[in-house]
Amino acid sequence: MNFDLTNDQKMLQDQVKKFADSVLAPVAPDIDKSGEFPWDNIKKMAELGLLGIIIPEEYGGAGFDYISLAIAIEEISRACASTGVIVAVNNSLAGYPIMQFGNEEQKKKYLPLLCKGEKLGAFGLTEPNAGSDVAAMETTARLDGDHYILNGTKRFITNAGEAGIYMVFAYTNKELKHKGMSTFIVERDTPGFSLGKHEDLMGIRATANCELIFEDVKIPRENLLGKEGEGFKMCMNTLDVSRIDIGAQAVGIAQSALDESIKYSKERKTFGQPICNFQMVQSMLAEMATEIQAARMLVYYAGHCKNKGMTRFSKEAAMAKYYASSISVDVARKAVQIHGGYGYTKDYPIERIYRDAKILELYEGTNEIQKIIIARELTR
Amino acid sequence: MDIIVCIKRVAQTAEADVKIDSSGKDIVKDRLTFDMNESDTYALEEAILLKEKFGGTLTAVSLGTVQAEDTLRIALAKGADSAIRIKAEDFEGLDGYKTAQLLKAAIKDLKFDVVFTGCIATDDYYSQVGVTLAELLGVPHATLVTKIDIQDTKAQVHRELEGGLIEHLDMTLPALFTIQTGINEPRYASLIAIRRAAKKEIKVIGASEIEPTGIQANASLEELFTPPAGKRAEILSGSMDEISAKVAGIIKEKGLI
Amino acid sequence: MILDEKHKEFRKKVKEFADKEVAPRAKELDMNSEFPWDLIKRMAELELLALYVPKEYGGAGLDVFSYAIAVEEIGRVCGSTGIFLAAHSSLGVYPVYHSGTEEQKQKYLIPMARGEKIGSFGLTEPNAGSDAAGTQTTAKLIGDKYIVNGTKRFITSGGVADIIVFTATKDPSLGYAGISAFIVEKGTPGFSPGKEEDKLGLRGSMTSELVFEDCALPKDNLLGKEGEGFKVFMGTLDGGRISIGALALGIAQGALDASVKFVKENKKSSGRLMKKMQSIQSRIAEMATEVEAARLLIYQAAMLKDNDLPFTKESAMAKYYASIIGTKACDMAITIHGMLGLTNEYPVERFLRDEKLMEIGEGTSEIQKIVIARQILGK
Repeated sequence: MNFDLTNDQKMLQDQVKKFADSVLAPVAPDIDKSGEFPWDNIKKMAELGLLGIIIPEEYGGAGFDYISLAIAIEEISRACASTGVIVAVNNSLAGYPIMQFGNEEQKKKYLPLLCKGEKLGAFGLTEPNAGSDVAAMETTARLDGDHYILNGTKRFITNAGEAGIYMVFAYTNKELKHKGMSTFIVERDTPGFSLGKHEDLMGIRATANCELIFEDVKIPRENLLGKEGEGFKMCMNTLDVSRIDIGAQAVGIAQSALDESIKYSKERKTFGQPICNFQMVQSMLAEMATEIQAARMLVYYAGHCKNKGMTRFSKEAAMAKYYASSISVDVARKAVQIHGGYGYTKDYPIERIYRDAKILELYEGTNEIQKIIIARELTR
Repeated sequence: MDIIVCIKRVAQTAEADVKIDSSGKDIVKDRLTFDMNESDTYALEEAILLKEKFGGTLTAVSLGTVQAEDTLRIALAKGADSAIRIKAEDFEGLDGYKTAQLLKAAIKDLKFDVVFTGCIATDDYYSQVGVTLAELLGVPHATLVTKIDIQDTKAQVHRELEGGLIEHLDMTLPALFTIQTGINEPRYASLIAIRRAAKKEIKVIGASEIEPTGIQANASLEELFTPPAGKRAEILSGSMDEISAKVAGIIKEKGLI
Repeated sequence: MILDEKHKEFRKKVKEFADKEVAPRAKELDMNSEFPWDLIKRMAELELLALYVPKEYGGAGLDVFSYAIAVEEIGRVCGSTGIFLAAHSSLGVYPVYHSGTEEQKQKYLIPMARGEKIGSFGLTEPNAGSDAAGTQTTAKLIGDKYIVNGTKRFITSGGVADIIVFTATKDPSLGYAGISAFIVEKGTPGFSPGKEEDKLGLRGSMTSELVFEDCALPKDNLLGKEGEGFKVFMGTLDGGRISIGALALGIAQGALDASVKFVKENKKSSGRLMKKMQSIQSRIAEMATEVEAARLLIYQAAMLKDNDLPFTKESAMAKYYASIIGTKACDMAITIHGMLGLTNEYPVERFLRDEKLMEIGEGTSEIQKIVIARQILGK
């Protein structure tokens, strides 16, 4: 692994950072408050190529590698966590599986739409009774002539309220368990497909997180991704990539907490001197900075494994996701502590950052699931 | 239209704790971040807009160390066609005059209708290079430019003056403009452009390509120092109301309101 | 996956040596407080003692990255041998390599690099640990000799070293500005090793006092310029942190490996496989993740140093992080082993005892945090 960034990675970081600071950060407090989906900024990001970072140019993407993906998601999340999630889902949970498992027609039809932001992507896996335990899924798809008939409900789906293209997982043969699961590309305007409850979340509040309801939805056969029964495999492979992203979001959120803390600790005076002079504050800042750098390295390492074409890098991806998300919550907590009572108010961004961080430990496989993945790989 | 834009990579010192290094002639740069000089980003954008309007070529030039290539590459990603780095490590005692001489030597064989520079560099605040370069190239110049309209070989130019005044000039190309911040809204490079720019070659020229004889600095840096703290600050004490009253009193006393 | 081919090959070579020759000796070195003379000879033969020093000075001509790998691999099986290598290379060899004159390099560096002589570094004093400005040992220029008086403490390999770089001040009231670095050879009149420490861990390494009583050193033994001792030892410690971090990492990896092996081999009495128990899985996953993160931090710091880029912050982070997660990993390893982990039937209790030093030596964790904080606050 090269511990230094390449020229194009450095430039990408530079430009995304500047864009995020001047375009995304100013609206972050507002969309957190209103829950409004940041379409204006999504369109601007589409123009820059941020909605299809890893998608090849021939399908409308920017053709970057997975470390670059992590760099971009980190910078976006540092400025606005909600926007970071939206972009990450579009890239890794919709763009990636179609790029990786789709046939030529599917790629030509859907990838340019996702890259240009004409239609956003969403990933319908979780259900009211099936979260980390994917096999407990109840959604079914029955083949009927040229169509699959889809029935079921998905919950906690990011981008759902504003997306146009949904990757939906369903059993085509429940008896086969994991091997009976399939993946479908479902378009928003398909009859029988409706949106359910909009979740009122603690953090990442502008991500249009909704239920998906499928009632006898007729999906054309050509919208099956890969083959019947390959859904679980595709899902696991996609989640590995997505965990690089979650790690990157976590690093970005944690970095913003550290940046705010550094700034505040230099300004805030107690007992006649700035609090950054106190060893207890310095100790917290040093711990935060060290853990963030460690997390960033793990995220880059997972990206590096994917770049090298490793077929199995579940352990590395799980480590990146688990570690980065758990330190992110811890770093945000310390950042609030450094801010004291002010950190608990909406006068400073840190309370939002604290709320935004928590979800990272939960979605895309809770940290407990990540630990099981890591331990299994090691003790096989 | 053929355009040249001169850009400089500078240390970002606005929010940093700046310290003087052991030579006494420079600042400690270890932990500083570096970026394209602020007004240069506007000069670059103005150059790109002109090129988009009229076609032609756009060349970015920078005098700097190898790290300046990162900055030049950003210029390539945003829209420059080619980039030249003059190796700063080959030359010593770079004042504004010598810098302008070296830039002239680097671009003298290029065709150009317009040369852009930023109006001031935020590291040394000389504001010399653009003007001196114009003189050396023998072309007219305008400084602190806030608007440019070009028709054929004529340019209508706005300059920003003190007191909110704007000066309107008519000029004939070729000419050099030093650009004020705020003239436009600098763009961000798209990811695809970044990937292409990363592969582009940057032409590097050094002492062996530029005849150094006759290029002499006019000024040499002797010392950097922090001035002693002045005694004109006064710390007011008391309750919020008392302090407010004191402040109001002082302002009145000084005739400021 | 992290390493390129060149470093992968190198790791393989060191790993083989560590597993075949060092590991079988680790337990007895610890139990008998035995200094690993035999292993040092072998490390010299394998050219491991001055990995980043050019060949013309007797080194292997590799890089800091390789050095970190070597310390990690040896530390994985034996902390005592690991600390010897780290102290010899980073603290004995490095300052002479970095700050020595050509003559000093010929005279001291080459024999140390070849392993003919053992190197050591005397900075710490009874009353000056992390706060090196408090150095009390004095070196006064009288005529053309420096007359040295004072005592150094906790000096790794101090009692066995042939060549010792140490610091002394011309006047304790001058703080850092008064400190210079010197070289003293074993047997110089007025210089003798003092008390040998009886330690919790790293019992196969020797930690000694150094006593100077009117020890007269020729002017040629000044290392670097007078008054620049601070520069010499700060540079030395920045690099030394990478090696202590690498050693902490190696020991932590040893603890993880031992735990994984134990978990795979053992069933609980209830008949359930240990490896399927979530409380075990959780611990293994935490250890493994933190060990990997520490490795990446250390390699990053090494890469920065190899490329002559600033690495003070990164090396402090690497050392602080690796040592703190290292003791945690060793502690968890004992927990996973249960009562057996407390016995010397398994290596994990030794790992914990050895690892604890990493949080203290070469700047405590508290000092590392201050270094990091200063860097990120721009102070």
